[in-house]
Amino acid sequence: MKRNPLKGLLGALLLAFSTVSFAAIDTYAFETAVEEARYKALIDELRCPKCLNTNLSGSDSPISADLRRTVATMVQEGKGDEEIREYLLARYGDFILYRPRVMPATYVLWFGPALLFLLALAVVVRLVLRQRQVEAPAPLSPDEQAALARLSQAVGEKSKA
Amino acid sequence: MSRTSLFLPLGLFLLMAFMLWRGFALNDPHELPSALLNQPLPDFQKTRLADGAPVARRDLLGTPFMLNVWATWCPTCKAEHAELNRIAARYAVPLVGVNYKDDGPAARAWLARYGDPYRLSVVDQDGSLGIELGVYGAPETFIVDRDGIIRYKRVGAVDRRVWEEEIRPVLQNLGLPLEEPSA
Repeated sequence: MKRNPLKGLLGALLLAFSTVSFAAIDTYAFETAVEEARYKALIDELRCPKCLNTNLSGSDSPISADLRRTVATMVQEGKGDEEIREYLLARYGDFILYRPRVMPATYVLWFGPALLFLLALAVVVRLVLRQRQVEAPAPLSPDEQAALARLSQAVGEKSKA
Repeated sequence: MSRTSLFLPLGLFLLMAFMLWRGFALNDPHELPSALLNQPLPDFQKTRLADGAPVARRDLLGTPFMLNVWATWCPTCKAEHAELNRIAARYAVPLVGVNYKDDGPAARAWLARYGDPYRLSVVDQDGSLGIELGVYGAPETFIVDRDGIIRYKRVGAVDRRVWEEEIRPVLQNLGLPLEEPSA
């Protein structure tokens, strides 16, 4: 069977960007599908303040239910995503955000991986360059070329004899 | 490879050791730094637990006070209740309760049974004041100054040590006379 490498890549990408869907029990009536999608995206990326590592949609704690209700109400009132995040941020602090803000305290978090990647890249490039140098030795010096000529001449004469 | 780059692994090790040390030295990860510190106490319109009379933010201001979020369903609230009773009996500090997501009759019975240290308790049945206050786990205790600015927040029980080392100094700084009563 011939495998399509693109298919594999696509599958990997789909896995990488999939989010586990949790079944929040409470349902809210939204006027549009867009509002509902925004609500779902928000409760997926906001963190339950009572739990150490669960988002609002995945948590059964009463505080998460309250916050889901708050988010739903704010979405229904026509508040923007940023406004809703700001509202919760002002009350619960940065803990509530699973996607941390870009600020000096989070620079390492945001730019550290890219820096590490560049570092790794530099190491790889250096290693590859050094490998090349080993594979392709420096051209012969004039002395060496003369010696080579002498040797090959000597070998030639021997084979004639 | 140059001689200095031999020290690279050591450097990496020290960096990781430092970060792990910092990470584990952080306090209880359950303790969130309060976003509300030095922010005004949010406005609210609620009722009083005792008689259902309306109570609003402005009714509480004028003197520094302790705001304690409690509920009958919260075991730690029960654990700290004796200390709150002691503080209320011994010191001239107004204690205001927020009865958080609780059942009214049960809450009144609870106070009748274990003692009522609060000047009044604000009923927050739907937890909306709790959200305004960034409450995520009762009990929580705030200190609000005379102008209604939040000066201190604690998540978890108030015990003798917390009172002596944290709450009492803050209240004294805010000008409450909290001398030890003469025996």
